[in-house]
Amino acid sequence: MTTENLSAGMDLDDTTRSELERAGVIVSKVDSLYNWARGGSVWPLTFGLACCAIEMIASATSRFDISRFGSEVFRPSPRQADLMIVSGTVTKKMAPQVVRIYNQMPEPKWVIAMGACAISGGPFKQGYNVLKGIDRYIPVDVYLPGCPPRPEAVLQSLNYLQEKIRTQDIKSDPAFTKGRRQYPVPKFTGKDLEPPYNPQVWQPPANPNVKPLEEATA
Amino acid sequence: MPSGLLSTLNIVPILASATGEPYFAYLLLGVMILLAAGFACTPLILSAFLAPKKPGEIKESAFECGLESKGDPWVQFNVQYYLYALAFVIFDIEVIFLYPWAVAFTGLSFGAFLAMGIFILLLAESLIYLWIKGVLTWK
Repeated sequence: MTTENLSAGMDLDDTTRSELERAGVIVSKVDSLYNWARGGSVWPLTFGLACCAIEMIASATSRFDISRFGSEVFRPSPRQADLMIVSGTVTKKMAPQVVRIYNQMPEPKWVIAMGACAISGGPFKQGYNVLKGIDRYIPVDVYLPGCPPRPEAVLQSLNYLQEKIRTQDIKSDPAFTKGRRQYPVPKFTGKDLEPPYNPQVWQPPANPNVKPLEEATA
Repeated sequence: MPSGLLSTLNIVPILASATGEPYFAYLLLGVMILLAAGFACTPLILSAFLAPKKPGEIKESAFECGLESKGDPWVQFNVQYYLYALAFVIFDIEVIFLYPWAVAFTGLSFGAFLAMGIFILLLAESLIYLWIKGVLTWK
């Protein structure tokens, strides 16, 4: 390895890095240090919607102890939290409040959709009053399946999230760029939500049974 | 100044000469205040520089709540709350005076009994006045 490499700020290759580590020198980028620190202190919001919340609470108790991963500080204010664990069924009446609270969290922020209901509506998918997945309105980082997921699964989803944070690019991530950002809050009309989804974060999947218009007419 | 308190500081030559000064303890206090203020303020200042700023209309709203705040916070209160508070203060103070009087009752002279009787009668009169004025009935 040459000094030119260092002065140019180029990435070191793995062999040079391991050679240096054997000599007792750890070389790292400021970005990875920053991300490592952020990943180790994710503060979840004190926020539960349904039965999954009980498992989320259990993950904070001494038996499972989420504080081993730096996330024991469940904040009662969205202004101090950066992780929203959507734990449980999101009814259509509740969805505007969830999106509003998400908007009040400071950036960068993450969302774990916990349980089948928060992912897709789960067992209540056919229900008239249940939102079929919170990812229709806010971007979800980790989908945690289960009905409900065990506290160990909550811890694993947190680990996955930490992995994601560690690979986050600070320069290109929109959370770090200047400017305003807000996810539109849907309106509950009494029957349904208006709009039914946020096209910026979710698009309805293509139906394989419906042929495109050109093929159907040909 | 007790010498035992700062005897460990004698290893530092500059401080050793200062320990004899009459107000040296206050200097330590000043240093402690500066350290405490710095400890509290540094994270605030650092976060102001380092934290990414991404404002939004909802984020800037005064209340952190899932529900939108409705109505005007400048509401008028019924004036009867004020009168009730006044009446409460009168009888609250009466209770404070009655307790020591009751404890020392057997050892007191007739004059003390008379003075206390007048005090209670005065307050009873104010209660009757409140009653006649209709403060005690909630409208």
